Amino acid sequence: MENNMPTINVALGQYSDLFMLLAAIVYASAFVAFAWDLAKSSKLIQEIDAATLASEKKALVAAGAVGTPPPGGAENELVNDSMTYTATSAKRMAAKVAVSLTWLGVLLQGFAVVARGIAAGRVPWGNMYEFLSTGSFLVALVFSLVLLKKDLRFMGTFVIGLVTVMLCGATMGFPTPVAHLVPALQSYWLIIHVSIAVLASSLFTITFAMNVLQLVQHARMDALAAGKPDKMPFMRLVPGAAPLENFAYRINAVAFVMWTFTVMAGAIWAEAAWGRYWGWDTKEVWSFVIWVVYAGYLHARATGGWTGARSAWLSIIGYLCIVFNFTVVNIYFNGLHSYAGL
Amino acid sequence: MAKNDMKKDVAVPALGFVGMLRWAWTQLTSMKTALFLLLLLAVAAVPGSLFPQRSVNPEQVTIYLTNKPTAGEWLDRFQLFDVYSSVWFSAIYMLLFVSLIGCILPRVKKHAKALRTPPPRTPSRLNRLPQNGTIEIQSAAESGLSDAEIARQAAALLKKRGYRSEARTEGPTPSVGAERGYIREIGNLLFHISLVGLLASVGIGGAFGYNGQRVLVEGETFVNSLVSYDSFKPGTFFKEDSLDPYSVKLDKFNITFDRESTTHFGQPIDFTAEVETRRSPDAEPQKETIRVNHPLRIDGADMYLVGNGYAPVVTVRDGAGNVAFSGPVVSVPQDGMYTSLMVIKAPDAKPDQLGFQGFLLPTAMTDETGFAISGDPNAINPQLQLNSYYGNLGLDDGNPQNVYVLETDALKELNNRNLDAGGIVLSAGQTYKLPDGKGSISFDGLKRFIGVDIAYDPSKRPVAIFAALSLLGLGISLFTARRRAWVKVKTSVDGSGREERIIEYGLLARGEDHGLESEAKELRKLLEQQWPAVERAGV
Repeated sequence: MENNMPTINVALGQYSDLFMLLAAIVYASAFVAFAWDLAKSSKLIQEIDAATLASEKKALVAAGAVGTPPPGGAENELVNDSMTYTATSAKRMAAKVAVSLTWLGVLLQGFAVVARGIAAGRVPWGNMYEFLSTGSFLVALVFSLVLLKKDLRFMGTFVIGLVTVMLCGATMGFPTPVAHLVPALQSYWLIIHVSIAVLASSLFTITFAMNVLQLVQHARMDALAAGKPDKMPFMRLVPGAAPLENFAYRINAVAFVMWTFTVMAGAIWAEAAWGRYWGWDTKEVWSFVIWVVYAGYLHARATGGWTGARSAWLSIIGYLCIVFNFTVVNIYFNGLHSYAGL
Repeated sequence: MAKNDMKKDVAVPALGFVGMLRWAWTQLTSMKTALFLLLLLAVAAVPGSLFPQRSVNPEQVTIYLTNKPTAGEWLDRFQLFDVYSSVWFSAIYMLLFVSLIGCILPRVKKHAKALRTPPPRTPSRLNRLPQNGTIEIQSAAESGLSDAEIARQAAALLKKRGYRSEARTEGPTPSVGAERGYIREIGNLLFHISLVGLLASVGIGGAFGYNGQRVLVEGETFVNSLVSYDSFKPGTFFKEDSLDPYSVKLDKFNITFDRESTTHFGQPIDFTAEVETRRSPDAEPQKETIRVNHPLRIDGADMYLVGNGYAPVVTVRDGAGNVAFSGPVVSVPQDGMYTSLMVIKAPDAKPDQLGFQGFLLPTAMTDETGFAISGDPNAINPQLQLNSYYGNLGLDDGNPQNVYVLETDALKELNNRNLDAGGIVLSAGQTYKLPDGKGSISFDGLKRFIGVDIAYDPSKRPVAIFAALSLLGLGISLFTARRRAWVKVKTSVDGSGREERIIEYGLLARGEDHGLESEAKELRKLLEQQWPAVERAGV
């Protein structure tokens, strides 16, 4: 990079801050709507079941047939195992509102992130505030894009809840006015290494939610099979444990390749910056631990006795390591990666 | 990696020695063991981030051992300050890689054989496969194509779709066996072999390399030989004659500070070292720069900018008026304003050796409480604030001393703010006469210095190549699908004596394959394009 740095646009930076706040408020409303969707799900389920029963009775009378078809035909499922939208999807008004609000939040935050980048004349991921604000934007964007194809609204409470927490954490915990990058970060590897790391992390966030729901659904199914009452009827909005596991695996495979690339790009950058490609700096240690845990997860899926709940736990542990690497290591550990701007 | 194909009911006592070895080998190379070792490796890496590591930050280890001697001793006993070269960490990854090699070898053999083997024979019942279906097509009489001809055409169709296919036209029901995605296993093997290659490169390459540090003041020249280094760490197989005889002279070091921002005022935004290099003693000098993220690339040993600060030029005279010390003194920055700690040792001073310690303030000013501070990182009003000492510096007994620390226990104070003489305050160009005719000290000027790392590591290139190959292999193994497909052509005669011909197909995934369903749909579409399905009335 050249010595003649671009001028910081302070006013645009302040607009960016304002839009971050607006996005946080919109996300918080979306979170409430998603939670509302889950809360009133049991009523909706009852209505749908009653309607199904009634229509089936009518059909039975009309055909004069004997025998009982299973209640809740395929067209009346709230979710299906391929997580595509079904005939009843549109009946979830609260969820529709929540998705619209999420898109509004994504647009507002998208403007804020881009404005921040333009104001600083560089990529907007150079300190903890920017890691969090840009990271949460990517999580929300990836989630919204997946929503176009797949009905993952059951994860909305978790994902948008997390996005809200991240964005509030950025604006309240680490408010940082727009500034130039410190020399250590002035490298095009910042663009490559950090963006892929954040993208991989946002994919891991989504799989984390799926694997947690997989475990909950698994426990619920076991309880139902044992003849116990359904304590979590809202989990009817969530697909079965097996499809959750399979979908999480597909995303984890993509995210793992990205993480591998992140570590490699980081090594190349480290070589240019510090003269060694690997030196067991705390950040490097934790990136390695994360890589190994997810490698273990991929292998577990191909090992007898390790599929299902066990591999889900590995994915969850891997994500907890990511969270640890991003929060505790960034803030409390002293290392070469201390760019949190604290 | 290899699947766990050991037998469950092995009776250990009956095995004998060779059997035991084989049993141990099977255990080690089993998938479960590999998974266990992999997870153990993750756990074992964690302590290296919790305790200071000698390989990363030796000073922190010394501080830890001083502050917590008892705990430190125990931690040291279990190599927790050297985690990544410890016996236990090495044992885990060595076992893991032995297990890995034990997995790779048989799989390479197996896959080499699979590549030379025709697709597997057609199962008798295709409707047992996860994806299957039937299409009724025109009979041989209607279309003029025999069952065998249909099978041959289906084989060609599958081949065009990337399958390796074989038409089996003997027997009453001609069929096609096909398989695709052999590259998935090749990618998988490439990934794991590359990991072994990467580890081997790190181990072997690192042993021939070296790295060292040097502080270079403006005007000084570094010549790449052992005596020029402030600290030096050779690899196991390092030889002194492998040092390239190049030289680097620091002409000037520039820092750009942020002067626009109100919130980040004075934050450095650029460091540039202007240097004059000679690749060999008789080579032409070249003007080059070293910057953060832009090292000086010299074939054999690159130079990296890792630190900087001020080096005040000081002259110390002793009581007799002779120069006891003269030259730049490297000071250690303590904060963003470059308030820098400095120590001057003048062992040649007579009759008493002289020592000084205190601060350099690049832009001296006083804060509200009347305390002297530095108000800017640039040297606008440089000032030295020093205490002085005389006596025995302890340098003559041959014990190595830290140049940045003055051992004051055996010394007598001359200047200190608590003494009548007060502390020494010197602006650039000024000279101060020490009390009791002990001599004088003058602040002649200010230079900057840089700290550089010089690193030679021949493993870089092979590691980069193996890393790229492993990424390629990983992508191939995760995003290509290995599938088997079969097509059968069956003709039967129904009750009315009419010939009825059916194409039956089935697909099987080998390994993770979420796309099998859409592949089955695609295959059906292709088959129906070639031989349109016939609708029989009343069926």
